[in-house]
Amino acid sequence: MTRLVVRGGRVIDPAEGLDRVADVLIEDGRVRGVGPAGTPADQVIDARGRWVVPGLIDMHVHLREPGQEEVETIASGCEAAVRGGFTTVVAMPNTDPAVDSEASAEFVILQAARAARARVLPVGAITKGRRGEELSEMAGLVRGGAVAFSDDGSTVRSAEVMRQGLLYARMLGRPVIAHQEDADLNGGGVMHAGRVSVVLGLPGKSSASEEITVARDIKLAEVTGAHLHCAHVSTAGTVDLVRRAKARGLRVTAEVTPHHLSLTDECVRGFDSVYKMCPPLRTAEDVEALREGLRDGTIDAIASDHAPHSPEEKEVEFSLAPDGVIGLETTLGVVLTDLVHEGRLGPARAIEAMTAAPARILGIQRGTLRPGCDADLTVIDPELRWEVDPSRFASKSRNCPFAGRTLTGRAVSTVVGGRVVWTLDGVRG
Amino acid sequence: MTRSAGGPAWNRRHLLGLEGLSADELACVLDTAESFKEVSTRSVKKVPALRGRVVVNLFYEPSTRTRVSFALAATRLSADVVDFAASTSSARKGETLRDTARNIEAMGVDIVVVRHSAPGAADHLARVLDASVVNAGDGAHEHPTQGLLDVFTIREALGRVQGLRVAIVGDIAHSRVARSNIWGLRTLGAEVVLVGPSTLVPAAFREMGCEVSHSLDDVLPEVDVINMLRIQQERLLAAPFPSLREYTRLFGLTARRMARARPEVIVMHPGPMNRGVEIAPDVADGPRSVILRQVANGLAVRMAVLYLVAGGRPAAREADPRRAAAPRGEGREVLRGAAARTGGAR
Repeated sequence: MTRLVVRGGRVIDPAEGLDRVADVLIEDGRVRGVGPAGTPADQVIDARGRWVVPGLIDMHVHLREPGQEEVETIASGCEAAVRGGFTTVVAMPNTDPAVDSEASAEFVILQAARAARARVLPVGAITKGRRGEELSEMAGLVRGGAVAFSDDGSTVRSAEVMRQGLLYARMLGRPVIAHQEDADLNGGGVMHAGRVSVVLGLPGKSSASEEITVARDIKLAEVTGAHLHCAHVSTAGTVDLVRRAKARGLRVTAEVTPHHLSLTDECVRGFDSVYKMCPPLRTAEDVEALREGLRDGTIDAIASDHAPHSPEEKEVEFSLAPDGVIGLETTLGVVLTDLVHEGRLGPARAIEAMTAAPARILGIQRGTLRPGCDADLTVIDPELRWEVDPSRFASKSRNCPFAGRTLTGRAVSTVVGGRVVWTLDGVRG
Repeated sequence: MTRSAGGPAWNRRHLLGLEGLSADELACVLDTAESFKEVSTRSVKKVPALRGRVVVNLFYEPSTRTRVSFALAATRLSADVVDFAASTSSARKGETLRDTARNIEAMGVDIVVVRHSAPGAADHLARVLDASVVNAGDGAHEHPTQGLLDVFTIREALGRVQGLRVAIVGDIAHSRVARSNIWGLRTLGAEVVLVGPSTLVPAAFREMGCEVSHSLDDVLPEVDVINMLRIQQERLLAAPFPSLREYTRLFGLTARRMARARPEVIVMHPGPMNRGVEIAPDVADGPRSVILRQVANGLAVRMAVLYLVAGGRPAAREADPRRAAAPRGEGREVLRGAAARTGGAR
């Protein structure tokens, strides 16, 4: 029997309502208990002055494999994940080819097992090839390991196809993660439609374009009884729609990215495509509404929407650059720096949004240190100051909008299944 | 990078837009342009201010008057001019804008004049090049030399800019000319009223300090300047208004409408004109039109801009990648001499 003790940290386990200094005892890859661990151990992690939390879950990442291995692989993405404190990542299916069959989902799981870093849970496409026309073999995807369905990167344009997808997903007991923007209304938009886009002469994507689609999908969730999860919500109006849907008892959940919680469309002045993503950075009022929605639980989860792109793709004229920024290695630091340390979000709620909440949405037995669970946990030094230097990232891509910022707080040790998979250099272990 | 050859008010290596330029900086360009305008009246229409310098016209969009105007301006300053025309589509397939520009720069170019369909293209080049960058129009963002020549023409015709009321009429949403005019005019103390159909004049422009109107007839009696923008018929596919006929009926500047305007009003158009659409021929060629003066002034303004952004830097040295760090004294003297010969740059 192998025994690992994480000693003397502040254990924050929102699923168990736990927030106190304690030891965590791990035996044979599972949590044995939280409390004084008197018995001798094979390995000890000294967590005094640190937070010990359930392994973080990032429920929205793009690992680019298969198809774009030059910008990220499942292995490099998983290394980035564990360095960022994430023990589980949920991989979107907009690869090439798309993950729209049992075999393609199994491929993702196989590659993750080979990498042996973070756990990877695949999301299956709602429609074949993500074309928005016919449903994919969704039951086969579940057999292959898919935990949810999404055509992320594209909106399912036809309301009828979306209705059928929700209905079918409900039968399978899985959520549909919806990417929500009205392509017609967006026109050729490349940033938020507002004062800044008018000044820059860039075509804009209106908030209404997102909100119209969110409203449509909420109605479809109502008529189907399915679980709708709104991906990367970005506007005050969307927060309002989700809040009202929840108040009516609908099965609607939502996630928000760190960049939408921290940056605004003002960043686009200067035309640097590192600030180009979908949905686009919105206004300061939207950021405030997203923070409030996260505080009051309207928005359940924080997810990075980690979207790697090569410098060759990204360093072109703003309107030609692809959407997307990476986030696995900065999400925790940005949330701690801009939300927790600024007093905008309590530590337990912040951790919940990256552990218990995504686990609950996805219906997986993770995101807690409850005895008997897989021993996935993250040790965080909340006060460690560090400078974001993308050249040192494990991710193969560098498109990080927080480059050069000094953040306060980061993961220093990541444990997956009782195995210490990563420890920050120079940290006592 | 700072220098003083252009006078204390000009301190910039690039001209990317009129947003953010101070009233002093704008006045500096206009005053410099005035001194250069005199050059056009000489029998030998040339000064040695940029002798030995290389200016490249990097045009990714078709343009006649802006490209010729820049080429002529550079020639009159005795610079060598290279024209590089590339279609955006072929560039998209192969070499990036950044690579193209860096390759051209490697041949020893001092100033890159760029026209491109992507907003921010000039900003993008300014980040990656050592050469000076002059924006000759980037998508719907800015067209700063057009804005400057419009302001120059207004100042010349009416004696001032401060306190004037200027109407800009047409497709404001897609117009870089409108944006550069707005910044220049607002900074120099003019009032700007934007006129056009609601689909082409978004209310968000109010946040740039403008008024917005959808009635040309209401606006005409109260303005000192009418700047008619070109209706870009190639954009009609997006259907921002029902028909050209209806557009002309509501917003075309006809002689009949002109009767509502003040007698001293001036009529401008950045060209190329759609005669009979946004402007009637008899108005375009009429007594209140300053359209051809705009073109003539464009040359002087572009001479001033090239002169100012090049100010004080030594000529390009072949095969010396560190030329930006080379000593500057000599170049500065040459420019000061040139400025003196053209009646001074201030």
